[in-house]
Amino acid sequence: MDDELHARLKAYEGRPAAVAGVGRDPVNAPMIRHWCEATGDRNPAYTGPGAIAPPTMLQAWIMGGLSGHEGRAQAYDELLSLLDEAGCTSVVATDCEQEYLRPLRPGDEVAFDTVIESVSRRKTTKLGTGYFVTTRTDVRVGEALVGTHRFRILKYAPNRREQKAQDRQERPRRPRPVVNRDNAGFWEGVRRHRLLVQRCTACDTLRFPWLPGCNACGSAEWDTVEAGGEGTVFSYVVMHHPSFPAFSPPYAIGLIELAEGVRIISNVVDVPYDKVRIGMPVELEFRAYDDEDGELVLPVFRPRAGEVAA
Amino acid sequence: MKAGDELPPLEIGITRTLIVAGALASRDYQDVHHDPELARRKGSPDIFMNILTTNGLVGRYLTDHFGPTAVLRKVAIRLGAPNYPGDTMVLKGRVEEFDGDTAVVRVTGDNGIGRHVTGTVTLTVAAAVTVPPGGAG
Repeated sequence: MDDELHARLKAYEGRPAAVAGVGRDPVNAPMIRHWCEATGDRNPAYTGPGAIAPPTMLQAWIMGGLSGHEGRAQAYDELLSLLDEAGCTSVVATDCEQEYLRPLRPGDEVAFDTVIESVSRRKTTKLGTGYFVTTRTDVRVGEALVGTHRFRILKYAPNRREQKAQDRQERPRRPRPVVNRDNAGFWEGVRRHRLLVQRCTACDTLRFPWLPGCNACGSAEWDTVEAGGEGTVFSYVVMHHPSFPAFSPPYAIGLIELAEGVRIISNVVDVPYDKVRIGMPVELEFRAYDDEDGELVLPVFRPRAGEVAA
Repeated sequence: MKAGDELPPLEIGITRTLIVAGALASRDYQDVHHDPELARRKGSPDIFMNILTTNGLVGRYLTDHFGPTAVLRKVAIRLGAPNYPGDTMVLKGRVEEFDGDTAVVRVTGDNGIGRHVTGTVTLTVAAAVTVPPGGAG
């Protein structure tokens, strides 16, 4: 499976993650002692005169520590930000490959350069879904390469919040109206913020929703009148369950009787769902939804000004 | 020493102290390695050991066995099941290759929930030092 984000992340391969980084402290006996105490390592090679640092400490000398990383390259920050924005806010290290070319000794001052080697495709693990990012660091003392350090992290959206993260990423679209030649005029009116009602030109009966023929006299001839926008709640239901993507229950769905006499089903907005009542005066409003993928305009109804139910 | 030799296992009790002390000694202040509440918010049931500490323990396992004259050349590890407090990890090793003074050892570390680490360690062992197969260094 490929994805659009992966293509953007892949562009960072080969770019620097750190340039001319410098270890916070020279290699030193206290840090070596803390390390050996923590890991229970009693190797005499790590103590006394002529001590070397445990080779596996290689990364410890280049860690940013509590005050964070300095000298991190912009490309790496951008890469991590992209992942954060995609909901991959957690990080866990998964792989570490180190090569030790010569031992480090107290007094050695380490410098390092890191490159972004690769970014995996989107992977789902037990922890969550995300991307593996592999970096390679060359550690030097003076001009001498003393070790290399390849590090792989999983930057991921934790499982428990995976669904929410996905929701943010691919916000579900509201269902689209089915527009056909019988109702295209209605949706064209909505697009221009006009609520058009069909009127039979044979018997003057208004009809809604839009239909090919008059339900009073059967005539196929019609024109339209624009609704003034005033109405009352003729009936309503409150939607609790099941929940559909793009909707957050509970919400009120009203059958609104327009002042012109026809009825239309739509959402009753700007009022708590449990305050909607039959007979409540409402007025028309046009609202835009799903702005990012082509505007969807829908007619909805809000309580008429000054008449919000207590 | 020859290919196929098994190293005696090393049991490591995974305590909160070991996890936190290892994280601090490696200058790794990621909250998941010291703050249980923030670890939970990130989907983990508790704090867990960082990769640098695991790396250090694998290195220690090899030099404990082969002795202070052994020199680590390469350590490559991959993490699986996390090391949580209260667990025990058992490190095991098997000599995969032994050529001249260079040994390649395959290492695994299993805990109560699965395989925490798999790795390959390359090290040189001074010719003067002889280690009985399976013996402690």
